[in-house]
This record gives sequence, C-alpha cells and structure tokens, in this order.
Amino acid sequence: MSDNKTITFALMDAPYENARSTTALRLIDIAARRGYNINVFAYEGAVGLPFTKQSPHPNAVHGRDADEEDHPLPYQWIESIAKTAEASGGKLDWINCGLCVDERGVHEALEFARRGTPGDLWKWAESSDNTLVIPTK
Amino acid sequence: MAKYLLIESRDPFDSNDVSNFYELAGGLVQEGNEVTVFLVQNGVLPARKSTQSKPLSDLARNGVEVLADDFSLRERGIESTRLADGIRASMLDTVIDHLADGSKVIWH
Repeated sequence: MSDNKTITFALMDAPYENARSTTALRLIDIAARRGYNINVFAYEGAVGLPFTKQSPHPNAVHGRDADEEDHPLPYQWIESIAKTAEASGGKLDWINCGLCVDERGVHEALEFARRGTPGDLWKWAESSDNTLVIPTK
Repeated sequence: MAKYLLIESRDPFDSNDVSNFYELAGGLVQEGNEVTVFLVQNGVLPARKSTQSKPLSDLARNGVEVLADDFSLRERGIESTRLADGIRASMLDTVIDHLADGSKVIWH
C-alpha cells in the first residue's frame, strides 16, 4: 500500500554503458514496488533509456539467435517498472531533456516519457520528499 | 543533527577521489551527524579484507555505519563472511529507506 512518498531521480548515463544505469533501475524498481510516486529526469545519454527502437540481436560468437540471446532492453524494463508502480498504487513519471533527445535523435520513446527541461528537475526536487542525482563519472 | 547516506560506487584501486568521500563521511560524523556509507557496484571491492579496507573499518569504528550492497558483492564473488571489520552486507532497499526518511543522499 502506498504511503504517498514521492522520490525524484536524475539520471545521466546512456543505456548499455555503465552499471549505474542498472543500479538506478534497481532503485526505481524498489520504489515502484512500495507504491511510491517516482519522478525520473533523464539528462544527457540517459534520454536513450526509454528509446523504443532498441532492438534485440543475435550473438554470433555464442551461436545464439535473437530469441535465444533474449537481449535485455532497458525501455522494456522501464515499461515494466511503470506497470509495477501503477499496480502498487504509485506512478512513474518520466521527463527526457528535450535538447538531449534532439541531439541524439532518440525521439521514439515510451509514451509516458515526455519532453522537458532542467527546470522540470528543479520543480520536481522542490515538490518531492527527496531527490537522488546519479551523475556520470 | 542531520542524517546522511553517502553512496560510493567507485573503488579506491581505480579512483583516487574515493578517499575524499570517505573523509567526508568521517567529517560529517565528527560533527555529530548520523552517517551511513553504502557501497555499491565496484565500490564494494574494498569491503573484502585487503590493503584498502582499513579506511572503511576505521570509519565504522568512528561511528559511521558501513554497508555493502549484497547484489554487488555476489556479482563479484565476495562472500559476506569475508567482509572487513565493521562492514555489513545490506539490500539496496536501504537507499530507498533513506530517501523516504528524508536523509541527505549523495552519490559518488
């Protein structure tokens, strides 16, 4: 049952590059299971996390086709976490830095991942119970 | 007195600035704050008894709670029975607990 906590996360790492992305999604998943309201502000490369044109691929080195490889796609994890949050009485809200999206051409994102600016992060930080910024190295 | 959670994701074998983060934890507790250092990802490497684990054990002796993410430990084959003095394995949920409690949470 939700106790209406709201936590904001600021992410900056692109998918497939650093363990920080995995840890961030693990943290967001825990908050989702508790029914918290979660805000994610994706900046820089992190705008690629909800990009829906990520695609699975085969692994020729291991002789596996795409199905056998069962390649993890971060946008599907995020989609799943959003469903978990909703089922638990909370909500996952996601804003992609619009200019960062334009620079990278990753416009095809999950429907709930809307465009915004760093000003939105400031507003979220003001209205949340707490904020965690996970910067790049 | 404020509550702080300092999340260390880097290891001191690779990043010289890790010692600055440990120093911050020590300084905060010396000033009367409640401080937890949470090690995650490669940050858990010095949790195993080694030449680099002494600073963490010293922090624990001085009143800092030092925790290591159990998932990160398992990924790196570090058994919780081999942790240095004063360091305990913990779930990542600890970070969300602190965020929900209003602790000041800093990621490094």
